[in-house]
Amino acid sequence: MIPFWIIAVVLIVSALWTVTARKPIYSVVSLLLNFAALATTYLILHAEFLAVMQIIVYSGAILMLFVFVIALLNSGIAPIVLGRDRVPVAPAAAAALAAIAFVATAIAAAHAPAIVPIASHSPLGAVGRGNVFGSIGDFGQALFLSRLLPFEITALILMVAVVGVVLLAGDLTPYVPTRRRAEQSRRALREAILREGK
Amino acid sequence: MLIVLVKSAVLLAVVVTTFAYAMLFERKILGWMQLRPGPNRVGPWGLLQPAADAAKLILKEDLTPKTADPLIYRLAPFISLLTAFAVYAIIPFGANGDGSPWAIGNVNAGILFLMAISSIGVYGISLGGWASGSKFPLLGAVRGTAQMISYELSMSLSFVGVLMLAGTTSLTGIVNAQERVWFLIPQALGFIIYVITAVAETNRTPFDLVEAETELVGGFHTEYSGLRFGSFFIAEYVNMLTISCIATLLFLGGWNAPFGLTLLPGIGWFVLKVGAFMFFYMWLRATLPRFRYDRLMTFGWKVLLPLATLNLVATAAWVALH
Amino acid sequence: MRKHLFNVGAILQGFGITFKYMFVKRPTIEYPSIKKQHAPRFHGLHELRRYADGKERCIGCELCSSACPANAITVIGAENAPDARVSPGERHAASYEIDELRCIFCGLCEEACPTDAIVLTPRFEMADYRRGAFVYSKDRLLVPSDAGVGTPPDERPNGIPADLGRVAEVKSTTNVDRGYSATHRGEVLKTERKGLAG
Repeated sequence: MIPFWIIAVVLIVSALWTVTARKPIYSVVSLLLNFAALATTYLILHAEFLAVMQIIVYSGAILMLFVFVIALLNSGIAPIVLGRDRVPVAPAAAAALAAIAFVATAIAAAHAPAIVPIASHSPLGAVGRGNVFGSIGDFGQALFLSRLLPFEITALILMVAVVGVVLLAGDLTPYVPTRRRAEQSRRALREAILREGK
Repeated sequence: MLIVLVKSAVLLAVVVTTFAYAMLFERKILGWMQLRPGPNRVGPWGLLQPAADAAKLILKEDLTPKTADPLIYRLAPFISLLTAFAVYAIIPFGANGDGSPWAIGNVNAGILFLMAISSIGVYGISLGGWASGSKFPLLGAVRGTAQMISYELSMSLSFVGVLMLAGTTSLTGIVNAQERVWFLIPQALGFIIYVITAVAETNRTPFDLVEAETELVGGFHTEYSGLRFGSFFIAEYVNMLTISCIATLLFLGGWNAPFGLTLLPGIGWFVLKVGAFMFFYMWLRATLPRFRYDRLMTFGWKVLLPLATLNLVATAAWVALH
Repeated sequence: MRKHLFNVGAILQGFGITFKYMFVKRPTIEYPSIKKQHAPRFHGLHELRRYADGKERCIGCELCSSACPANAITVIGAENAPDARVSPGERHAASYEIDELRCIFCGLCEEACPTDAIVLTPRFEMADYRRGAFVYSKDRLLVPSDAGVGTPPDERPNGIPADLGRVAEVKSTTNVDRGYSATHRGEVLKTERKGLAG
């Protein structure tokens, strides 16, 4: 139980640091700490595979892209400077209420009888074996057999998000091969110069 | 608990010593391949050179640039060092008669743990390069991040072939599955992909664009000096050692003797294989020039990734049909 | 496709070359402990010679000084006292100084000397931290009275004197036995180079 409380404190403190840090890069570092603590929580619950995936996917790939963006935009050097109302009062109050509600629900749920298989029943480090809670086989069955539809819907939603980003960020001119495009833009530039000259 | 601590301390000492002599050996081999004698001034055959280097690094002035972000700048070398050493908690170096591995922790998800730790290792480079507050380190860090994300994908896929053949994620189990035939033979393509991506993951020539002395001064560690630079240096060599250990465990049969030649104990074969792989690293550095950056990306995404996927699909089909 | 296969072949060939060179004999001469053999007429540090009876050869004529293109030599001559002769003739050098930092080691002093008193030895390690230390006066130039008479220029040994340390068993790039006749030297060098290349 003691490890859990330590991890819990680390989780909350790092999460708070993530949202309050003035420099984006500090947010990234605290988020990294947060993910590590979360992975440890999963380990305590004997969900080894989930813990490892948490690290690989979130810390290793997604957060890395954040660092990449911060490094490229160089926005991390100057701290975000905003006025006193950096924390808007009304949303903050709403968030606090939501947090209290969440905690209350959690406490209520903790006293309710458990309906999921309890993690500590599975043998330690059982991730390699099949049909054990939290194992790769368990995950595979859940993702590809019993929960295939939600899984595919999630994938589709992510896909839609990617297409949306491309639409928002990319230019909508039809695709032309590079060389012809270069020729076109050169011609356009020449015509523009000629027009300006008159 | 105490046993784990003692084991860790011993392993730490072994790894650090191996690092020191790997560095010396690399300089020697590079020297020989370039018709030079290599370091030979300190001690007989230069054997005390690592001690001299360590003393130099410790005594050097520790500089922090004015534009650097002090917290992250100090944190980055520790991330590199920590992730480099953390891997050794689960790497088995041999097995007892009853099949229990010689390792600090016997983790069943060994190979996944390895991937997780190595994916965090990039932070040392990218945060260190960014926090230096200067242009060359930033460029090195950005390159490193992109390169490592690109090559980690192919590396993970090259692992999966082995995982499917062995049917387990435990490193000990994988080695035991290679008792009859090493995975080098059925997974030849996977092994080649692993070697290439592993070199890229450790940022060694020909994939050392992160450091790229000719263009980026020193890359991500340009501004670092003294022991902070030393930390990056140690991390690089320890990572090389890790990669060699993984190659040995996954593809070269671990501590299994080749052709039933049991004249050496298992640990002897293991050390021999790791040493051969380390030599290959140094040989590579003496032979190939650095990649151009766009070619590096093209190679990673358009050649290695399709090949790794092909290997994966072929292995999956083979496993399914048997 | 074929092109890429050739590239792989080229890479393997490169590996072969680097591996082969690990076992090729290295041309390195580890200088401070092993020294390279010099050509017989190597021009190094000067030496003032003596006669067999211990008298100095230098007669203080200052011909070396006037021959010196770098003005490195300063000689102050003086009459020999009849009861305590320094040199056999009428005069001797009361002071003889060479500034080795000015000296260009051309050997014209050696050629100008009527008594073969000043010669250039093959010694070359004169490094010092102080500029003043490079002005050599008689106390350092003169052969010590218990160390023989010094070697005449024409009988200088091949290579370096024994007091300079171990001699490398490395042949000079030119064959010293083939002569140094000025007219033939270029051709000798040319043939030597051809031999080295082959």
